[in-house]
Parts: sequence; structure tokens; C-alpha cells
Amino acid sequence: MREVAAECENPVMLYSVGKDSAVMLHLAMKAFYPSRPPFPLMHVDTTWKFREMIEFRDRKAKELGFDLLVHINEDGVRQGVGPFTHGSAVHTDVMKTQALKQALNKYKFDAAFGGARRDEEKSRAKERIFSFRSAEHRWDPKRQRPEPWNVYNTRINQGESVRVFPLSNWTELDIWQYIRRENIEIVPLYFAAPRPVVNWNGVDIMVDDDRMPEELAKTAVTKSVRFRTLGCYPLTGAVESTADTLEAIIQEMLLTTTSERQGRVIDVDQSASMEKKKQEGYF
Amino acid sequence: MRLTDDLIATDIAAYLEKHEHKSLLRFITCGSVDDGKSTLIGRLLYDSKMIFEDQLATLESDSKKVGTQGENIDFALLVDGLAAEREQGITIDVAYRFFATDKRKFIVADTPGHEQYTRNMATGASTADVAILMVDARKGILTQTRRHSFITTLLGIRKLVVAVNKMDLVGYSEQVYEDIIEDFYAFADELATDLEIQPIPMSALEGVNITSRSNETDWYEGPSLMEYLENVPVGNKRLNASFRMPVQWVNRPNLDFRGFSGQITAGTIKPGDRVKSMPSGKQSTIDRIVTATGDLEEGVAGQSITLTLADEIDCSRGDVIVSADDPTEVSDQFQARILWMSESPLLPGRRYLLKIGSKTVTATVNAPKYGIDVNTLSDIPAKTLELNQIGVTTLSLDQAIPYDPYDVNREMGGFILIDRMTNDTVGLGLIDFALRRASNIHWQAMDMDRATLAEQKGQKPAVLWFTGLSGSGKSTIANALQKLLFAQGKHTFTLDGDNVRHGLNRDLGFTDADRVENIRRVANVARLMSDAGLITLVSFISPFRSERQMARNLMAEGEFIEVYVDTPLDVAEKRDVKGLYKKARAGEIKNFTGIDSPYEPPQNPEITIDTVNHTPEEAAQTILDYLKEKGMFEI
Repeated sequence: MREVAAECENPVMLYSVGKDSAVMLHLAMKAFYPSRPPFPLMHVDTTWKFREMIEFRDRKAKELGFDLLVHINEDGVRQGVGPFTHGSAVHTDVMKTQALKQALNKYKFDAAFGGARRDEEKSRAKERIFSFRSAEHRWDPKRQRPEPWNVYNTRINQGESVRVFPLSNWTELDIWQYIRRENIEIVPLYFAAPRPVVNWNGVDIMVDDDRMPEELAKTAVTKSVRFRTLGCYPLTGAVESTADTLEAIIQEMLLTTTSERQGRVIDVDQSASMEKKKQEGYF
Repeated sequence: MRLTDDLIATDIAAYLEKHEHKSLLRFITCGSVDDGKSTLIGRLLYDSKMIFEDQLATLESDSKKVGTQGENIDFALLVDGLAAEREQGITIDVAYRFFATDKRKFIVADTPGHEQYTRNMATGASTADVAILMVDARKGILTQTRRHSFITTLLGIRKLVVAVNKMDLVGYSEQVYEDIIEDFYAFADELATDLEIQPIPMSALEGVNITSRSNETDWYEGPSLMEYLENVPVGNKRLNASFRMPVQWVNRPNLDFRGFSGQITAGTIKPGDRVKSMPSGKQSTIDRIVTATGDLEEGVAGQSITLTLADEIDCSRGDVIVSADDPTEVSDQFQARILWMSESPLLPGRRYLLKIGSKTVTATVNAPKYGIDVNTLSDIPAKTLELNQIGVTTLSLDQAIPYDPYDVNREMGGFILIDRMTNDTVGLGLIDFALRRASNIHWQAMDMDRATLAEQKGQKPAVLWFTGLSGSGKSTIANALQKLLFAQGKHTFTLDGDNVRHGLNRDLGFTDADRVENIRRVANVARLMSDAGLITLVSFISPFRSERQMARNLMAEGEFIEVYVDTPLDVAEKRDVKGLYKKARAGEIKNFTGIDSPYEPPQNPEITIDTVNHTPEEAAQTILDYLKEKGMFEI
């Protein structure tokens, strides 16, 4: 983070409000102390995030004194794009991938921190900590810069940018353990509580607002659930759980037999889908 | 393994406490397409229960689709991450894997083994403590095994596991295994003297000797791979080293606070410790070790901290804060080993950006002295370096940088080269040693500077460097000159080759390498003498142009005066004052300049003396006139 702050012209931290972002933000506060991190936060808001996430985001940014930039793809909003009407692929592309590109172009950021980890997914395992993007925001896995030791080449040409992943070498367990040790506040959705859920495409999703089609919302039942990852509420699968403390969550995670991305509807289309999305400019 | 730890179910807090204190081991796996490397990693992850049901389901379906193991699970598919890799069944890039056992956490750099991926392997090796070298039991030690061993040890790894894999295909034969290991030891001697080698017979496919010792190899008494990885000591020699912290960022939240943020790469630090900021060499004392959770009483290698100093000294990003007792050296010219990582070959003489720690400077990379054949480990002639080639070369930087040799401290001696046009990372380099100390560096800010010392003597310091064949008359002329200077009230001293070899340089012989070192030492002594304000007369054969150039570079502008005592070989040999030529011709003296060791005459000496037509006294007068003309006696 200090390398980026020292070498890049106009960096930003992408804040997704999830647990990894919470850890990344916490580390930023520490890295620059007693100064404040010399970059703003940016949230790409698909307008379909859990309401609790938005409340948490606004409160946290204010508490820590960050400039918070929120970007929404207004074209997408005008066309009424959403997961229920357009499906997960179109929604994610328009409201997330395109929106992110719009935002980076608008503010001319040359470096963007993200909270991705190499243990999340196979193509991420091969991504550098400093990951270069063309002027069109494309990732070329065959043209990655060698990254020996901790010497990072941050130089880019006009229009290019770099995505920086400070948590690359953290595992999911590391994240949880650090949240516990440092007492980092996370969105309450990670903890189990009775919540109204419906079954959609084989996944339990939460009824978070009245944009859910009525016939689907009618089927809601209250279950004790929590979320292992947070995103757009219609695309985020809930897991049945009673884990309402960090210890219980970690215990459940260690004893579980499915990976954390399983709850993400966007990954199930095809096994190389993340790699493809990244090449198109997705984080 | 992960699921077998009962604490998870019974006492999660205790488990977490334990996990938090586990050490971390980073290792690299090296092997080629069909050595079973991916299978091994897949097996380690699978046996450590790091594979989830949904991943296993994907794996099973992929195994049937594109796997190479028939109906069995193809573990390799688990680790070949990119679509292109899965389609072609090869590993292209370094992948990092993570797993943990009851004892340790692991990060695996999984790298492809083919020669065209040497750069990827070097990258993976740069942060690893242990290398696992995959050897196919049916094929034994191959060229590629040598290559992998060389690259990983080049990057500083000293712990090697020789994983003799596919033992199932040779009937778990002890003899086959022993033969392979013997072969390996035979060439490992060429790599490094401090290697720790652990051979293990195994079958990754069958899980033999992976997590525990198996019955199939009852003749084998060493550890299983996992036992080795869990127990091999992770060196913390960095803790005992001298303090080093490259400054990443100057921390200035307000006018009252000025801190230096960085990660400690070696040693420990406490408030009150004396430190220097390099390259300036300015000294101060640590005031506070600042972190967001309170000041520390001690900082140790690996920690990211912010230091404040007791004095307002100049220190900025790219500088290195070091222990005042054992500061780094500073130089702008190095010899380094370079691995070329770009499709466009190295262009000797071109300027590249060089990034080391948090410092970026401009570097001219000279033509390689030689290349290294990664397969045979032998030196090969090289005019340039192509992609994945390794060579030894010298570099000149546009400014002096603090450094440690790579073998002492990876972070302080490892650098990358960046193309200034494309911004690509084109090379990786390891500093071996400095060619000279930069002349503009002052270790101690002296109150009595050299100008003051010379002024007191009523002269300007100068180094008169007499070069020429043995018996050419160097010492005779230098003696005559010294008498003339003395008569004029000048302060002089003569350094004579024969005399210095009796003391300071008595450990040196007459090989080319020793001759270079001989001159390096003498040049440095001459430099000190000119710092003291003296006119120094150096009388040395000094046969090589590059060493005389090195001596010239060491001196301040205008202070180095090269005096070529030009006596033809036949004349010198006829004089043979010390009887040395006779002995050399008789073969009693080896490496004698002019006979079986070359003399490179100066190309642009300040003064040339013709000893055939002039007496030593005339020659001395010529030099004295030159010094007067140049205003060396005017202050």
C-alpha cells in the first residue's frame, strides 16, 4: 500500500463492504498511521446490495474520515437492469464490470486496491499482486510482469492502470483470524440471525427489499442463516447456520465441506468464468 | 491435517490460538510436464483436506473430460489454473497455493519446469525457503534437474528436497533410488557448499511417503515429505543480521511529526539505537518506533513500522536506515548476476531503470563478462542475454545506492530492471559486489576536510600512477621525482609494488584475479593519502587498463595522473635488474607480465616517459614541470 501511495499518481481503494475489504481498510489505517491513508474509497454500487451493507458503508467511511466515492452505472439504471429481470450474467456485466470501468475512467485512477485473494479461485492463484490492465482495462494472463521478492514495478504508460491486491497471500482463515484478533467490525449479515429467505434457482436468497418479484417473495420463510460472502442480495446464497459469534463462524468454516465461492451465483456458469470476466475488465 | 484437529470442534478459541502461532514455510516445486509435480501439489492439498466438496465435484467432472488418469481423479487439474493451461495440459505461470497442517502454514509457489519458463521459476524461488525438485524415478537426474537446482540455489535457496517420484513404476526399488541420489550428490557439489539436501522416494499418484512413511519403501528411513516440510527449521538468520530498513514513505501528518515508514528487512531496532541514513551516511538516534496500536519497545525483521529520529536529518523514500555500527556499503558500480526476462534481448550500454528495495535509479548494463549455461553450469561466451539466459555483468548507476550482497540479504541485494519505453520488467539481478566505492560518498562528515588538509601543506593532492613493464624504470623515476619534490618542500609518499606486497598485499599472488585485487587495495590506499593532502607516487606494473581506470575513477577530478613508463620489452628484458625475466623465460615464474601475462599499455596517459632516450633524472624533471604547469603547487 505504501508502494502504491509513494509511486502512483492517483490511487483509490475499492471498497466492497465485505470482510476482505474490512481487513484491507484496517490495514490501510495502520500502514499510514499517524497519517491518514492518502487515497479515497470507492464503492461500485450495483443498486442491488443488501441495505445493511449500504448503511454500514456510509457509517464506516464517516467514522474513519474517508472520502467515499459511490459510482452507479446510470445507463444500467435507466434500462432497468437487475438480476431478476436480466439474469446474473447481464446484471453483473452492466452494473459491476461496466460500472467499474466507467468509474476508473471518470476519475482517471491509475491504481486501484482490491481485496481479492489467491486462494479464492484458480485464475486468481496466478495473478500478480500488482496486476496490470490495458487502457481498455483488460487483463492479459500471458503478459504478466515477473514479481520477484517484494520489488514491485509500478510503472505504467498513459491510460493503463494497475489493480493492486495487498491480501493476495492471505487465506480465508487468515482473514477471519485477523478480524477476530484486531476486533474489526464487519457487516452483521456475516453472523447468523433469523432472516426471511426464498429459494431461487436452487439457492436460498434473502428478501431484502420489495424489488423481489411478488410471487417469489410470497414463498419467504424465516430461517436462521448467515452469508459467507456479500454481494448483490439476489445473487448471494445464504447458508443455514446458528453461528452468531466470530468463533462459531470460524469453527463452521473449518468444518465445512464446500468452498466460499459456492454461494456466489456468478461463478457457476463455467469453470473458467472468473478468468474470462477478469480479461473483460472485472476485478 | 486440517480436519483431524479435534480442537476445531471442541475448543475453537484454543485452536485459533495455536494456529496464530504456527510458523509459515514458503516452498517452491520444480518439475516438468510429466514429473508429477501438479499431481504432488494436488495430493498435498487433497491429503491436507484443503479441497472442498464442490471443488472435488468440479475436479471429478473435469478429470473425465480432459484428465489424463482415465477414471481416476487427475489432481493436476486442480492446480492448472488458466484455461489455456488446462486445454494444453501444461503449466505456464507461477501459481501460489495455500494450505495448513496442525504444525505449519504453507505457501507453495508452483512453477513450470521447461527452460522457457526459467524466469517464472526464478520468481517463485525468490521468496521461497525450500525447493522440491521433482525427479522421475524412471529417468533419473536429467538436464532439467540440474537447471532447476541451479536456478533455485542461484536465488538463494539452500534447502533442497530431491523428490524421486513415480517409485511405483520402478517397483519401489531401493537400488534405483540410491543410484539417482548418488548422481545428484555428485553434481550438487558444484552448486553451493552450504546446501542441505533431503532425498525422498515417493509416489505422488499413490500417495506413498507424502503425508506419512509408507510400507512400500520399508528400506527408506527418512521423513515423509510432509514430515520434512512440517519440521524443517525456518531460518530466522535475518533477525541476527544488522538492522536494515528501506524507507518506503515519509510519514508527515503534520508539522510536528516526521516519520519514516518501511518494512524491516533484517535485524532488530530499539529506541536509543544509533542509526545512519544511507547513502548520505548522516547519523542519528531512534526516537520512537510508531505503530497504529502504540509505540514498540523493539522492532524486528518482517515488521512494517514507522521510525522517528532524534535529529532532523535528510532522509527520503529510497534511502535505507541502517545500524550505525554496521552500515551498508554504498556504490554506483556493481558486478551482478542477471537473469533476462524479456523477449527483447539485453542491449549492453542501454540505460534501464533499476529498482532495488524502494529505490529506482537509472542503470547502464554493460556487455556480459560471460553467460552461464543453466544446463551444464559452465561459463559460456555471451555478448548479450536472451530471454531466460543468465549472465554475469557489470552495471553503472547514475547515483550511488546502499546495498548488501544478495547472498547476505535478498532484499538489499536483489533488483529488477525495467525497460524505460515499455515499462516491462525485463531482468532480475543479484548484486555480488561493488566495483568501487562511489567517490562522492562520505561515510563520515569530516570537520577537517581534504581541502583544508592539503592547504595546510601548500599543495594540491595528486596521485602519480607509474605504470609499465617490470624493469622499465618506474621505481627509479619515482625516487628521483620524490627527491625533487622534497627539495621544493612538498609532502609526498611512494607506494611501491614490491614493498606493498610484503605487507598489506602479502596474501595475494599473481593470477589475474589477484592482480586486480592488488590494484584495488593500492588504489584505495592512494585515495586515502590524497585525502590526507599528500602527493602520492604509485609505482606498480598495473598491467590491466580496467584496473587503472578503476583507480582513476576513485580519485577526485584531475588528481589522477597516469605516467606511462614506456620501455620496450626487449629493453626491459636486457636490463633485467632483478633477474626476473631470466627466471620467467626458464618457466620458474608463472604469470609474468610481458612473458605469459599481458600488458595493456595506456591509451591516453597524462605523461609518457621514453626511457630509452632519457635518464631517470630527466624524466623526473619532465613530470615536475607538468605538475607546475597544471598549478598543482598553487593554493
